[in-house]
Amino acid sequence: MTIKTTKNAVSRRKALLGLGVGAGALATSGLMPGAMGFAQAQSSAPIKIGFQKHATGIGAAYGRWYDATTTAAIQRINDSGGINGRPVEIVTEDDGTDPSRGAEALEKFEKLHSCDVAFGTLFSHVVIGSAPRAAELKLPYFVVSEGHHVASGMLNRYTLQPGITDVKSQVVSMAPFIANNLGKKVTMIFPDFAFGHDHRDFFTQAIEAQGGEVVAKIAIPPTETSFTRYFPSIPRETEVIYHVMVGPAVLTFVKEMGEFFGPSRPELFGFIDSLEAVGIDSPGLEFLESTYFWEGMPRHVQDNQSEAEKTYRAAVGCDDRGASLDDPADVSTYAHMFGCWETLNVIKAGMEAADYQGPQDRTKLIEAVEAMSDMPESLDHPQGAKRFNGKTHQVFGQQFISKVTEGKMVVEHVATIEDGLYEDEVDYTTQSF
Amino acid sequence: MDFGPHLMLATLEGTVIASILVLTAMGLSIVFGVMRVVNVAHGEFFMLGAVLAWYVSKMLGGHPAIGFAAALVIAPLVVGLIAAVSDQLILKRINYDPDRTIVGTIGILFIIQQTTLMTFGPEARPVEAPFNQRLALPWFEFSEGGLQMIWPWGLSITSYKLFVIFAALTVLLALWLFLTRTKIGLIMRATQQDSETAKAFGVPVGTVYSCVFGLGAALAALGAVLVVPIQQAHYLMGADPLLMAFTVVIIGGLGSLPGTVIAAFLIGMSDGIISVFFSPTLAQIIATFLVAMILVFRPQGLMGKAET
Repeated sequence: MTIKTTKNAVSRRKALLGLGVGAGALATSGLMPGAMGFAQAQSSAPIKIGFQKHATGIGAAYGRWYDATTTAAIQRINDSGGINGRPVEIVTEDDGTDPSRGAEALEKFEKLHSCDVAFGTLFSHVVIGSAPRAAELKLPYFVVSEGHHVASGMLNRYTLQPGITDVKSQVVSMAPFIANNLGKKVTMIFPDFAFGHDHRDFFTQAIEAQGGEVVAKIAIPPTETSFTRYFPSIPRETEVIYHVMVGPAVLTFVKEMGEFFGPSRPELFGFIDSLEAVGIDSPGLEFLESTYFWEGMPRHVQDNQSEAEKTYRAAVGCDDRGASLDDPADVSTYAHMFGCWETLNVIKAGMEAADYQGPQDRTKLIEAVEAMSDMPESLDHPQGAKRFNGKTHQVFGQQFISKVTEGKMVVEHVATIEDGLYEDEVDYTTQSF
Repeated sequence: MDFGPHLMLATLEGTVIASILVLTAMGLSIVFGVMRVVNVAHGEFFMLGAVLAWYVSKMLGGHPAIGFAAALVIAPLVVGLIAAVSDQLILKRINYDPDRTIVGTIGILFIIQQTTLMTFGPEARPVEAPFNQRLALPWFEFSEGGLQMIWPWGLSITSYKLFVIFAALTVLLALWLFLTRTKIGLIMRATQQDSETAKAFGVPVGTVYSCVFGLGAALAALGAVLVVPIQQAHYLMGADPLLMAFTVVIIGGLGSLPGTVIAAFLIGMSDGIISVFFSPTLAQIIATFLVAMILVFRPQGLMGKAET
């Protein structure tokens, strides 16, 4: 192969011109006028919340719905006068569902956009990769990620999870139901990264406490696209399969599981993560009839729907089956995205309690959130009542177990806040800012 | 699961993987063989095939077989056309210079991927298989009472997966007949052997290049239409097939069609079997190791001809 070295580089003048245009565009976008008509506060500049979004990468389906929920929540907050009389503005950065890009996004929030706080993101590896940077930047970082990493003490005082429960709490409150109703010999199938390992470790302990045992643990790489080859490792004695998968291949996973077992399947207990953004009525999923799912918030409207749930569902643009109002085939990530709505309301409450004026008050904001405890069910908390633990920076709430009944997920059991409590593993309030 | 049925399941899964892989790799290999272009965007043509299959089947509605059959024709045609146009618009303008075509096709990769993200969206969307019966498979075992037939737990395949294997074989056969028995095939082979001489004999090399680039992309798209009822259409699904296809083409010999077929079955089966008994990571390590060894000891690949 001959290598041609054609020196046709861009001239310096052109390069400078290009840079100039780029810088100009950035400057203009930073000067967008804020919304008008807010009460006169000490500063009427908007409060900026940096939203770390899975816009691309394997978390993109979650990112889109986290975005829709965030937009709806901010609109509601702004319609009712903003925070401390100031409008709220969301600054979105794509994290590519990638830890290093997640940390870069936080850096941009602080240095480029001068955000007041950072918020967002689901995938645990992105949160774990970003949180140290948040502490270095002294930027409060509110995550909606489910992982146990916040409450385990692995992260820092700047990282809080006030809007969604963590895996350990979910698993602890599910184990008694599984052991008493489905079976005691469990095979676990989970993704091979931090979130899946949380499930593996805590469920193993929790089911043993109920007199059951985990007979096999099958870890699957998060980017896998074909699953049949993993299923032969399921031991014959298995009574219950506990599955929790994430990523774009979840439907293939559930479908191939059905094809593998055919008519003689064991009991199935899945985390709805295995089917978030996927219709339960998708072709090939018929075998899920009368299996069980954990749901963070019921996707399908239940008979005892609360007024708050109804209003929230309409605000985020979802129909009775948790799909987009515009397109019934466009199913949301309903069991997780309420966390964005509730977290933003916690940020608002925290800023109001701390009389937040600007970045100099960030530590006051964190202390104000740490001081929170019981949050009653309301339109601020449509998923249900919550209890925040200021020491571990983790919120606790109710959990739902639904049974697929004639193509609808019907809530069969509700685990209370108390069912999901466990001993503190860290006290972040003793750490200095 | 016992060793015997387990091995049989692994072999069946491996054959399905290999069938899709052989079509994808064949497209890559033809493009390189004739045009000497390393097409980094090949995986995106694969993805585009799957995405179009979803659009076609959604638009037609009705019985899933109608949409699927239409997709089988329309998706490869449209993808082939897009590829031919991008050849005219981009690759031709840079005179098929080996270095610049790599950068050019990387550009095509990003354009296709991001356009899909902006229009089709980030979700994985399913296409219903035209038929999909689960077929339980028997296993024979020697016991005290002589040979016995048993039905092991989980040993099964679906009728659709069998169809994929047969469809891939049919396409391969058709491709071979096309290249060896038709005039267009002859022109393509002439261009492959010596494009300058072919030009001197009146072969419109530029048009042949566009057709070949389109054909390569169409083969990838066809593989994707076959796979989309098993997996789902997703905008990032092109990365894996691209990597696997490169592995296959390097092992088989760039531009060698028989080598590509052999290597595709080798890699597909080893991926199926090793990942069942050991781990998927090990299967990838072995494939990569094989590529490295081939590059060191037999750079022209298993069936490639050494350059003189």
